[in-house]
Amino acid sequence: MPAPIRLRELIRTIRTARTQAEEREMIQKECAAIRSSFREEDNTYRCRNVAKLLYMHMLGYPAHFGQLECLKLIASQKFTDKRIGYLGAMLLLDERQDVHLLMTNCIKNDLNHSTQYVQGLALCTLGCMGSSEMCRDLAGEVEKLLKTSNSYLRKKAALCAVHVIRKVPELMEMFLPATKNLLSEKNHGVLHTSVVLLTEMCERSPDMLSHFRKLVPQLVRILKNLIMSGYSPEHDVSGISDPFLQVRILRLLRILGRSDDDSSEAMNDILAQVATNTETSKNVGNAILYETVLTIMDIKSESGLRVLAINILGRFLLNNDKNIRYVALTSLLKTVQTDHNAVQRHRSTIVDCLKDLDVSIKRRAMELSFALVNGNNIRGMMKELLYFLDSCDPEFKADCASGVFLAAEKYAPSKRWHIDTIMRVLTTSGSYVRDDSVPNLIQLITNSVEMHAYTVQRLYKALLDDISQQPLVQVSSWCIGEYGDLLVSGQCEEEEPIQVTEDEVLDVLEGLLVSNLSTPVTRGYSLTAIMKLSTRFSSVNRIKKVVSIYGSSIDVELQQRAVEYNAMFKKYDHMRPALLERMPIMEKSSSNGPTEMVQTNGETEPSALESKHPPPVTQPTNQANDLLDLLGGNDVGPVIQTSMPTKPPSSGGELLDLLGDLSLTGGPTSAPVSTGPPPQPGFLLDGLSSQNLFNDISAAGIPSMTAYNKNGLKIEFTFERATPNPNIAVITIHASNTTDADMTEFVFQAAVPKTFQLQLLSPSSNVVPALNQGTVTQVIRVLNPQKQQLRMRIKLTYSHKGSAVQDLAEVNNFPPQSWQ
Amino acid sequence: MIKFVLMVNRQGQTRLSRYYQPVELGKRAALEADVVRGCLYRKKEECSFVEYKDFKLVYRHYASLYIVVGITESENELSVYELVHNFVEVLDKYFSRVSELDIMFNMDKVHIILDEMIQNGHVVETNHSRILAPLSALDTLAHS
Repeated sequence: MPAPIRLRELIRTIRTARTQAEEREMIQKECAAIRSSFREEDNTYRCRNVAKLLYMHMLGYPAHFGQLECLKLIASQKFTDKRIGYLGAMLLLDERQDVHLLMTNCIKNDLNHSTQYVQGLALCTLGCMGSSEMCRDLAGEVEKLLKTSNSYLRKKAALCAVHVIRKVPELMEMFLPATKNLLSEKNHGVLHTSVVLLTEMCERSPDMLSHFRKLVPQLVRILKNLIMSGYSPEHDVSGISDPFLQVRILRLLRILGRSDDDSSEAMNDILAQVATNTETSKNVGNAILYETVLTIMDIKSESGLRVLAINILGRFLLNNDKNIRYVALTSLLKTVQTDHNAVQRHRSTIVDCLKDLDVSIKRRAMELSFALVNGNNIRGMMKELLYFLDSCDPEFKADCASGVFLAAEKYAPSKRWHIDTIMRVLTTSGSYVRDDSVPNLIQLITNSVEMHAYTVQRLYKALLDDISQQPLVQVSSWCIGEYGDLLVSGQCEEEEPIQVTEDEVLDVLEGLLVSNLSTPVTRGYSLTAIMKLSTRFSSVNRIKKVVSIYGSSIDVELQQRAVEYNAMFKKYDHMRPALLERMPIMEKSSSNGPTEMVQTNGETEPSALESKHPPPVTQPTNQANDLLDLLGGNDVGPVIQTSMPTKPPSSGGELLDLLGDLSLTGGPTSAPVSTGPPPQPGFLLDGLSSQNLFNDISAAGIPSMTAYNKNGLKIEFTFERATPNPNIAVITIHASNTTDADMTEFVFQAAVPKTFQLQLLSPSSNVVPALNQGTVTQVIRVLNPQKQQLRMRIKLTYSHKGSAVQDLAEVNNFPPQSWQ
Repeated sequence: MIKFVLMVNRQGQTRLSRYYQPVELGKRAALEADVVRGCLYRKKEECSFVEYKDFKLVYRHYASLYIVVGITESENELSVYELVHNFVEVLDKYFSRVSELDIMFNMDKVHIILDEMIQNGHVVETNHSRILAPLSALDTLAHS
């Protein structure tokens, strides 16, 4: 058959192919020719054929049938054959093929060959793809070659040894004696590879690390020579002699000096010298400086050196070359934890990098900016970050938004600023914020009592502008539902109050319900908001109409809500105002989350339901009406009581949801109330003990007191502090009865002055047994942010010997420790 | 360490590929395509270092060729950037004004040069004359 074509011809032919199919055809034809040539066992052309095969392999076509041929080439005596054979072995074979073991003998022979180039080839191949068995067999040969005087072989042997050590770590000790005088070589190639070998050994074994620590002076000396020596044409790269070797040595010094004071001290001088003497005009110099900075940061260097390093990084940031800026930002990110102050100095440059065109630089600058935010620079930084949020790509928006929230939470200088910032984030990138930002924001708003009017006004205005950003719409509709009366009455100290009528507000909310942009969750929010406004606004008929329309909505969630609200209008109208009262202050259980939820048995069921129905539903509160009468015209603020979920008869057995995704501590419990609704099946237990409400309460040893003692009914208060929030006092009341008849339908109510907030949890029972046979306990939580003297007015109702008894009392003798 | 070295032209055709960590044949094509796509579409102002999966890419553009080197996290990117340039200088010295065609038609020689410079993921030699010494010896052998 005709002589197989040369590689060049093949390449030329393939280049003429115009389509992928044509190329495949040509290659297949050539493969067939090669295969038949192999079968003929033709020695002269084997080399050429394998070369072609390698080319085709590179293009992506299978070439495994050439593996055996490679072996034959390796075994041949001609250097050209061996070269192609070894190349083929390196490209086509790896340790997963069975064929490679056959190479072991060939390599062994070649390692002892007379020509250094052949030995070099063998070393190269072994270092590239030797399996652990091969390495074990041939390690001795490699070690011998490591000790030769031939520098060409020595450098290759060193790298081969690196591979052997990686594959078979136990053999590391074998190479130890050979390393003794590796560093005294003059040849840079050998030096370089020896440093690599030493680095590998130090990284793998701490014993080696301590052993090689004594080489630090030698390394320092070599580095010094490199810097101080003049121009040497051999290794010069743009005026710096052998930068690759310098970088390698610096890295080894980093590993050696990492946790060792002595070595670090020995290196200090040379590091300072490198840092100051290296020319920075070219990339080469910068590469060396970068490595130096990394080394300084890692070892136990003195502070002056560290400051020098950070200044170098700062200089990098101002460099025009984007590569260098990227590298500087990456290193600053690593060091910002440890050397915070020094990095702060470069804050303005970092913030400028936010405007860079390169995506990776922008990301690094953003992360670094968040790390640098602190109480002093929060306002300025936030301005920049918000501007960045406006203009950045969508992939950044989510991360940036969460970062902004976190920073604002930690360092907000004022509540108004906090709310403004969050609103700005929601309006600009609302669709990218995380899901839990909505409840977080709601919780924040409820907590800042004085800002309610301002907040609801701003949110209303934002809602008028744009209803497409779902988180913003959800928060706005919730606020309008809660504080709609403030909006309509137009009282706002912070800003110019706007004139809004009830109808306009209802228009907006109904618009949300109808709009295509609203998700089902948002619709749920707005329906609830409309419902809440029925107590705050006067146009109740309109609300009734809306609610009844949605009673037949296709969306099951909306339908359920509408039906329940309808029931509230029809059957439970007397309870409606109480049910739709203002929300209590919620506590942020950021760390303790679900464990702080009231662990009464009735709770666990609602919490399971919560997860299924995310949108919040108002807590029906109970008897707030009566207590409001009780408080009359005194300056006592609204009492927030715990709720009882009503059971609308239509939805058989289901509870109204408690606040879904708001994490409440000591949250709403469900308790049967003395007005006598039928006991709820299963989950709302009578006789809950509200004792085990909080998992970690530190009883501060506050003395208990008697609050009321009349007509045989004695009420004692005991105090505790709830640990997450020191402003909250937990009072447990114990009611006992010294008369000879039970007191049934016992209800305890309490009210506190406006500066406090109170939460009443469910009582253990509503029967106080006679003759001190048992007590009824109930837990009250009082939030006392201003640490004022605690006063309380209590009202008791019970039935005793057939007659109903009601009594009012004031409790003033609280021990000072309870409210301080 | 260096994971791989690729030379790709603007149309995405691989001119040279060398892997220092074993990668299956099937996966290689996908990897190359992905890597190349990442680098070819970068604008001029963007920096030459790309984060790709769990390692980094350093690429340099010379006329019609892109040289892409994949490195692990611990390597100094600026140093590898210099290394790529060094490699190109060596090629230039050997082929006198190297072009893409030279590399294409002398693939085996380019491999030899690469092997002299980088061995199992680490730099062996950076001196131009020393790198080219075995190759010149080989050439004289072949001619004689």
